[in-house]
Amino acid sequence: MNRAQRGVGGSRGLGTMEVKSKFGAEFRRFSLERSKPGKFEEFYGLLQHVHKIPNVEVLVGYTDIHGDLLPINNDDNYHKAVSTANPLLRIFIQRKEDADYSAFGTDTMTRKKNVLSNVLRPDNHRKKPHVVISMPQDFRPVSSIIDVDILPETHRRVRLYKYGTDKPLGFYIRDGSSVRVTPHGLEKVPGIFISRLVPGGLAQSTGLLAVNDEVLEVNGIEVSGKSLDQVTDMMIANSRNLIITVRPANQRNNIVRNSRTSGSSGQSTDNSLQSYTPHIVQNYHPEEEESDDEDIIIEDSGEPQQIPKAVPTCESLESLTQIELLHESTQNGFIPSSEVNLFHSAGSINMEYEIHDADQKSLEEDGTIITL
Amino acid sequence: MRRFLRSGHDPVRERLKRDLFQFNKTVEHGFPHQPSALGYSSSLHLMAIGTRSGAIKLYGAPGVEFMGLHEENNTVLQMHFIPGQCQLVTLLDDNSLHLWSLKQRSGTSELQEEQRFTLRGPPGSSPSATQITVVLPHSSREVLYLGTESGNIFVVELPSFRVLEKRTISSETVLQRVPEDYSNRRPCELVEAIQEHPRNPDQILIGYSRGLIVLWDVQSNKATHHFLGSQQLENVFWQRDGRQFISCHYDGSYAQWPVSNDNRQPEPLESKVPYGPFPCKAISKIYWQVTKNGLPYIIFQGGMPRASYGDRHSISVIHGSQQIAFDFTSRVIDFFVISNADPAAEFDDPSAMVVLAEEELVVIDLKAPGWPAVHPPYLASLHCSAITCSHHVSNIPLKLWERIISAGSKQNSHYSNMLWPIDGGTNLAPDPPQRDLLLTGHEDGTVRFWDASGVCLHLLYKLSTVRVFLTDVDPNDNMNPLGEDEWPPLRKVGSFDPYSDDPRLGIQKIYLCKYSGYLAVAGTAGQVLLMELNDEAAEHVVDYAEADLLQDQEGYRWKGHERLKARDGPVRFEPGFQPFILVQCQPPAVVTSLALHSEWKLVACGTSHGFGLFDHQQKRLVFVKCTLHPSDQLALEGPLSRVKSLKKSLRQSFRRIRRSRVSSRKRRAGNIAEVQEANAKFDQGALQEMELAPVQRKIEARSAEDSFTGFVRTLYFADTFLRDSSRHCPSLWAGTNGGTVYAFSLRVPPAERRMDEPVRAEQAKEIQLMHRAPIVGILVLDGRSAPLPEPLEVAHDLSKSPDMQGSHQLLVVSEEQLKVFTLPKVSSKLKLKLTALEGCRVRKMAVANFGSCQTDDYSENNLTVLTNLGDIQIISLPFLKLQTRYPCIRKEDVSGIASCVFTKYGQGFYLISPSEFERFSLSTKWLVEPRCIIDAPEITSNNHLHNTSGMEHTGRKSRDLGRSSGDTGEDERKSGRLMEHALLNDEKVLKEIQSTLEGGRGRGDPIPIYQRSRTLSTRIQELYRKKFGKKSRRTWAK
Repeated sequence: MNRAQRGVGGSRGLGTMEVKSKFGAEFRRFSLERSKPGKFEEFYGLLQHVHKIPNVEVLVGYTDIHGDLLPINNDDNYHKAVSTANPLLRIFIQRKEDADYSAFGTDTMTRKKNVLSNVLRPDNHRKKPHVVISMPQDFRPVSSIIDVDILPETHRRVRLYKYGTDKPLGFYIRDGSSVRVTPHGLEKVPGIFISRLVPGGLAQSTGLLAVNDEVLEVNGIEVSGKSLDQVTDMMIANSRNLIITVRPANQRNNIVRNSRTSGSSGQSTDNSLQSYTPHIVQNYHPEEEESDDEDIIIEDSGEPQQIPKAVPTCESLESLTQIELLHESTQNGFIPSSEVNLFHSAGSINMEYEIHDADQKSLEEDGTIITL
Repeated sequence: MRRFLRSGHDPVRERLKRDLFQFNKTVEHGFPHQPSALGYSSSLHLMAIGTRSGAIKLYGAPGVEFMGLHEENNTVLQMHFIPGQCQLVTLLDDNSLHLWSLKQRSGTSELQEEQRFTLRGPPGSSPSATQITVVLPHSSREVLYLGTESGNIFVVELPSFRVLEKRTISSETVLQRVPEDYSNRRPCELVEAIQEHPRNPDQILIGYSRGLIVLWDVQSNKATHHFLGSQQLENVFWQRDGRQFISCHYDGSYAQWPVSNDNRQPEPLESKVPYGPFPCKAISKIYWQVTKNGLPYIIFQGGMPRASYGDRHSISVIHGSQQIAFDFTSRVIDFFVISNADPAAEFDDPSAMVVLAEEELVVIDLKAPGWPAVHPPYLASLHCSAITCSHHVSNIPLKLWERIISAGSKQNSHYSNMLWPIDGGTNLAPDPPQRDLLLTGHEDGTVRFWDASGVCLHLLYKLSTVRVFLTDVDPNDNMNPLGEDEWPPLRKVGSFDPYSDDPRLGIQKIYLCKYSGYLAVAGTAGQVLLMELNDEAAEHVVDYAEADLLQDQEGYRWKGHERLKARDGPVRFEPGFQPFILVQCQPPAVVTSLALHSEWKLVACGTSHGFGLFDHQQKRLVFVKCTLHPSDQLALEGPLSRVKSLKKSLRQSFRRIRRSRVSSRKRRAGNIAEVQEANAKFDQGALQEMELAPVQRKIEARSAEDSFTGFVRTLYFADTFLRDSSRHCPSLWAGTNGGTVYAFSLRVPPAERRMDEPVRAEQAKEIQLMHRAPIVGILVLDGRSAPLPEPLEVAHDLSKSPDMQGSHQLLVVSEEQLKVFTLPKVSSKLKLKLTALEGCRVRKMAVANFGSCQTDDYSENNLTVLTNLGDIQIISLPFLKLQTRYPCIRKEDVSGIASCVFTKYGQGFYLISPSEFERFSLSTKWLVEPRCIIDAPEITSNNHLHNTSGMEHTGRKSRDLGRSSGDTGEDERKSGRLMEHALLNDEKVLKEIQSTLEGGRGRGDPIPIYQRSRTLSTRIQELYRKKFGKKSRRTWAK
């Protein structure tokens, strides 16, 4: 981020607004011209300047009229902050290292909770929010069944979130053959199957995959015609956000799609938010999963940092999302420490399916391959 | 998916792509893998080699080569050129015959399969009845004689392959006049040989395996002479005048038989066992060549004393008192002798012997005293010692080129200076636009420098690193060219030598700076040698430095091989590249990456433990960096570690099996062979085990704790903006197997203080790619997004200086993704995922410059990437857009993929067998492929007129004349036939005359006008002389 320290200051005039900025234990007060707030980068530089932290990468947040802590990281939300601040704009600055940038967006809740409580401690008796402004994908994702509404009933698309757990993915695949219905009648074709689940691994603990399930797609790419090694490489390359479409060996647990309740329960944990952008979740686009973008750089033997995006695009919202995420999660009382915890403790409707499935696991493993 | 949609079909770009990219496999360099048959046309001066995989290759003058492949992929057993025609017949091991011809199309010749045929007997007959053992293309060009296992000889018509049943020579008719006691021995078991009488095409000599030889008259369809041999027959050979022939036998003897009208059942004149008296092996082929001085050349294959030398692959040449048994390094497939091909000539006067052995081609000059070998311009045995790595350098400056050639010529002084005797065809390919070097590193510690500019891959110079080290072998004990006062008089020939004295000597990485002549070579035992080109032989001490890559690590123990011991004191080096510094990595693990910056006089090398930077000006180690992960214990155990990849061990075991097959005899019985054998057994066991278990693949995210993450895969020097955007500085970049990139900023003192101040280095950046895939390439793009030039390239005015104004970018290529970052502040800019979306992994990558075939002034830099699926992708810079992709190598061919090297101009090489490089081209502009023409004998016949009219009789000085003299006999008949045509239709004469004129014009060396008119008149005279002077043998039916 080539944010130069430009645009410092600005003469106080009639339309000025008071800014109270907190970094660590220190407060700074200064003013801004409400009608000409300038760019976010200038504001960022200004904050670095007034706090005398020119080379420290920081996260900037403010409290809105509801007392919620919201991030400022682009021109839009900066302008929003300025326009809504009345009369005082309260700014909270957080060191990026402390915020553990490597865990950006989708890190473990525990870490984020700590960060969060640090940030929010001075202000933690504000009201509970009822406005949700984050995107669904900013939630800490968990393994789930997705795209129930667009897939044939005989197929299941499973998203395995490796990230944030210590569990190994824990499954093996093998070559095999399955029978397909073609215009020329039944035809035996080679396929890739799940051959083994490692006890205690992610795949087993979610209960979403079973031995002898036929793998049809990996992250949206069909595996037909690909070799076992190729599919292995694809899965490993996508291991941080692996989406496998399978034809379950046991077809008895298939979702009956015309039932509305089960239709929604088949979706992932973000069903409460689907009114926002349901298609992002439901129609998976490989390009939008930038799970491996968190490359780390260590400059001059300093602290590791996440490599930022060079071009500020919509993806730079990432910095926004982290705080949002923390925020929302706490407010929903939704801070599981691990996947297992999530599955077994969350009693919400949307979990029903997965739990049911997990209980069926042993049955599935013994099931015969039914593939038509 | 959307990537492809988004890239759009911009018609302008699509057109440009067509102008820039085109995939062609152009030519195969090296020696054909598993050759199985040899053929030679004395009229075309072309040699043909067939292989066990059904490939046929034709070679003539350097640059003249053709390739064909039988669909069946069966072993080629025999190859025969149809006399005087651009056609040849091949016999495969499925008993099928194939007719190939060289057709001219748009100015060049092409090899095409015309016909195929399988000889079938009557229904119910045994398959051996029609199993072909011998093929004789008759000089009439109309029929083939096919000898079979049943003893019958079938005659088929060409080119239709119609069996002429009336002319079948059955064994019954042959035996009609043979004495009963002889015929009771069933002498007609199998046809071993059929040879046409050199003077009378109506007589053919037929030899059967039990020893009976008959002379058969084609016109009367009966045997005229019977030669009742008692020994099992191997082959027969006519003497030039047709008055005698030689037979050679299974017991190692040969016999001379007289042929005259007086005696129809003669006894042999002489029978001899050249290497007797003890039992000898069979003489499988023999030549008897008469010379002016009266002493014949007797050349035969085999015949060695069975007990003591039965394992030798030998060909003996006897000429008067001179006798040498050439001892080949591998089994002799076949051989031929090049002699005066004019059948009217009185003497053979052999000039050269061409021997096809299983692993190399050897040509012996029979005219020069001592019979030295001739250096072949093609068919080089790339695998003399197994190739371990290769490195390509484009556009070599003339000065360096000449110095390398001069160093190499001193090594080749023992070769004959005879012109290459196989000189058919004309090379039409334009001269290569630049001088390219291909350097191959070998298992025995040598580096071979090949001229890779053109179609012929030619050895220029061979560099050995062995002298620097103390090994068990005395470097002087290699091939003693003359084994004196020994019987048999064996002499080793050939260079194939797959035995590595010490596997640690193997070369793993090569880097040549073409401007400075500095060469860095790194090997299996962590040795890095820096060399300089010296035109004189010199004796000096090689400086020694050690780079301890484990400096700050404790408690590790290296269980691998020891480092090589360097020789103390001065070492004598021949002219050429001479080492001056040896940098030894500790622990002595395989050097996995190497970079040389000749301007800064720095060399960097990396192993599985870390990397180091060495200042070769001050001879001082600048720094080392250990890249080991603390938990990576396995990396320390060395090459014997359990974690060796299965693919690798399989490959090695196959190589071992192959090698042990190649050498049934143990030349150096020792522990190495035993260990290898044990290993092979172990690997086979592992293989079986693997087959029993179901093939499963574990799906697991990579973690930092994975083994071998510290393995340094790539090193790169760049002058770029590492710390701030105002000042650029030298830097060293390293990429590891675990997806980590290290960047060090360097401070190189200015030239005037270069010796006084130390080079300093400081770590500036460390990038960890989260997908943790191995880094295969690092590249810095300048302000114009062009790759930084090579060291010294700008200083030599051969490149634009890099743009230091705009911002630089860093391209990191991992096996799974390509990523572009900004510099100096590292932020990610662009990326291209390969594995996650397509399941392929990057194996090799290089930047190549592609020129447009339409306009001279347009060119662009692109990335060429070879994936583990064997396909090549071209990816644009700096936007990382896939331009095109081509399937190139089978994905199962792991060693082919591993051996691939790209050139800087969009070509590349990969090994298709241990001994052959396939050359391919991705560029429309830079294409090296054979373009050659073989003149049909009809056209060469005008040259023949030069001969007969006495205008030129200079022998084989010029290529065209050489060919014509080889064709004289054929042409005589041809002309006769033409004359008969002329009687029927005068237009034909005119056309022939016209073609005489055009033929002269069409070839490379046009006949001057005055000469052409003389040719024309002599031609007409000749035709008329023939018409009245010679009675035609056959009636010519139009």
